[in-house]
Amino acid sequence: MSKRVKTSLIWAFVGVMLAVMYIPIVILIVYSFTGAKALGVWSGFSFELYADLFTNSSIMNAFKNSLILALVSALLSTILGTTAAIGIFHMRKWKKSAANFIANITMENAEIVTGVSFMMFFLVLRLPYGWTTLIIAHTMITTPYVILSVTPKLSQLNPNLYEAGLDLGASPIKSMFTVIVPQLIPGMLSGFVMAFALSLDDFIVSKFVNGSVETIPVYLYNALAKRGADPTLRALSSVLFVAVLAVLIALNAVSAKRRKKSVQG
Amino acid sequence: MAVTREKFDNIIEIQNVTKVFDGITAVDNVNLAVRRGEFVTLLGPSGCGKTTLLRMIAGFEMPTSGSIFLEKQDVTSVPPHMRPINTVFQKYALFPHLSVFKNIAFGLKLKKIPTGEADKKGRPIYRKFTKDEIAEKVERVLKLVNLEAYGHRDITGLSGGQQQRIAIARAIVCEPKVLLLDEPLGALDLKMRKEMQSELMAMHKNIGITFIYVTHDQEEALTMSDKVVVMTDGAVQQYGPPKKIYDEPANAFVADFIGESNILSGVMKKDFLVEFCGTEFKCLDKGFGKDEKVDLVVRPEDIVVSLKKSAKKDALAGEVLSTVFKGTYYEMEIMASGYQFTVQNTVEYTPGSKVYLSVEPNGIHIMKKLKTVNEFDGEILSETTVGFCDGEFEFENDGSFERGDEVRVKIPFDKIELTDDEEDGVIGANVTQTLYKGSYYQVQVYTDDDNDFFIDTVDEWDIGDRVGINIKPSDIAVSKKIEKPEEADTAENADEQAADGEVRNEE
Repeated sequence: MSKRVKTSLIWAFVGVMLAVMYIPIVILIVYSFTGAKALGVWSGFSFELYADLFTNSSIMNAFKNSLILALVSALLSTILGTTAAIGIFHMRKWKKSAANFIANITMENAEIVTGVSFMMFFLVLRLPYGWTTLIIAHTMITTPYVILSVTPKLSQLNPNLYEAGLDLGASPIKSMFTVIVPQLIPGMLSGFVMAFALSLDDFIVSKFVNGSVETIPVYLYNALAKRGADPTLRALSSVLFVAVLAVLIALNAVSAKRRKKSVQG
Repeated sequence: MAVTREKFDNIIEIQNVTKVFDGITAVDNVNLAVRRGEFVTLLGPSGCGKTTLLRMIAGFEMPTSGSIFLEKQDVTSVPPHMRPINTVFQKYALFPHLSVFKNIAFGLKLKKIPTGEADKKGRPIYRKFTKDEIAEKVERVLKLVNLEAYGHRDITGLSGGQQQRIAIARAIVCEPKVLLLDEPLGALDLKMRKEMQSELMAMHKNIGITFIYVTHDQEEALTMSDKVVVMTDGAVQQYGPPKKIYDEPANAFVADFIGESNILSGVMKKDFLVEFCGTEFKCLDKGFGKDEKVDLVVRPEDIVVSLKKSAKKDALAGEVLSTVFKGTYYEMEIMASGYQFTVQNTVEYTPGSKVYLSVEPNGIHIMKKLKTVNEFDGEILSETTVGFCDGEFEFENDGSFERGDEVRVKIPFDKIELTDDEEDGVIGANVTQTLYKGSYYQVQVYTDDDNDFFIDTVDEWDIGDRVGINIKPSDIAVSKKIEKPEEADTAENADEQAADGEVRNEE
């Protein structure tokens, strides 16, 4: 086989893969710009569905809920995850691997199991399902990702940095906040964004503990179950896709810029 | 040095400090006093405990036992941020998110200084430095390290040498009572290191702060310091001015670690007379027992080479093995009386030449042998075996020992056989030190149950090698334990301490 044939085969394979992955989304986005009730029917270009979307109060409410939940839980998991990462990083051998293993369980566990466990856990605690349970559950499932993104920053640190802070007269807490935390900010930021995106997108765990609070994924599911494929959902899905894409691109751009800067430095 | 200074002039005093990490003793009962304004270097191979000792002075580690005094105040349990001591770290540890100026100002911003006034209860009132005061101090210290225009720069853009200067500036701007430096020049290239050495010495002179410096580079230590502390295995081997340490090493380890040297075994015939290589030499040392076995050191530059035998009796006939030109002198290996001497001379003798070696009395330095025989506590395990160092060795029982007897076991250095394969020996051990003694190597091994063996052998072993230990039954001397045998050990330690104390008192 000539090299050219080989290369074109590779590209053909990649093309098919990408097509299978993205054609459904592209179709969805294209058909979000037409008002037809049934999917696959083109009744002329219009922003009708988007207009409906933004005037639909229950969608807007779910949207607001999702944003608040994602912000609060991402903030909490960033604090919790960073603290945990620092603690785990300074543990000795076996304790360290034990702590890492435990921290990763929620990440590796089937989400449905996590969801059911939270449901039963809150039931036992007699905690009514709603905002509190949602925030607790989302914080718990996103914290491991923050730990994962902060730990590499810790291992890049000069081992004496914290001691240098103490040496110059900073108390342990002050040295942690003025010396160590500033070094971890890039890791905390990407951990925060990851937690935010995960929370925004979570359906399974949310469905078990949401009570009467509807987040966007939960709203989508309920709407589909009750009324079938509401055409507004096409617009909603498109907006969600573009929003997540935008966050990802922004994140990549920021880290690329940082890399460039450190290379120059 | 006839000036007797007040005792409080010791700015740092370390008393019986021991540090144990997970069962491993890093610092072993160290006593040390540092005078105000001195430049003291802790010198030793890696793992000798010098950095641990420094970290205890800084407060990053707590001693397992013992005390550390700063100006007569016990600071053993004072946390590092409360100690008026600053550190220059091995890899600088500058704060990468702050500019040069802010790095240096970091300590100043936290510092509280007495205003000179007192509140109603008579307690002094403290204040912080003002912005202008900080700026002025930072500028001054930047000037001191020759980086005047660098205040606004980012740390990450600076070279290693510049970062080093910033690290020093950041530490001395706080005007510490003691400045600790942990191998600060280790990451710099040779030329930069030489430059920084002289800059550090000049700085020490100018600002008058006490420096405690850690290095494994003996040349650096000898060049820069007022006093050198030679450490190994967590213990202080010798403490004194560089010249004294070079000229009069306390033991074979110090002699080997500091500079090139010929280390030989000899016997003190009487005061001022030592025998080695089968010949008696005059020397300047006294106070040893008659026929006491000693180690002695002869520096390569102190050996006189001549082609004719002089009238003096004390000359050794030898043959030149090799010669290397070293710029200002020739370094020759000369075999004489079974010992291989390293000799430095401005005159070259070609390999094969028959020569005579002699040494002036002041070229011979006699040292006490650390140990002359391996000695352990053991227990009789059976009719023909004795247990010590976690191994069961066969020995020749003349019938006077019974199973369960606690005994003392002695084995001469040259009666121990090392094996390449750990499995071939009764017990396993790691080689921790080897010392070439002219015609043989003195190897120190460390057994798994924390005991040291000294072995004289003609084979060369590498440090870190895993070896097995075998001893012929007839070479194991077993004796009944004297009453309270533990005291023998403590007495030995006490002797060592006394020796340390002597070194200190002499200064």
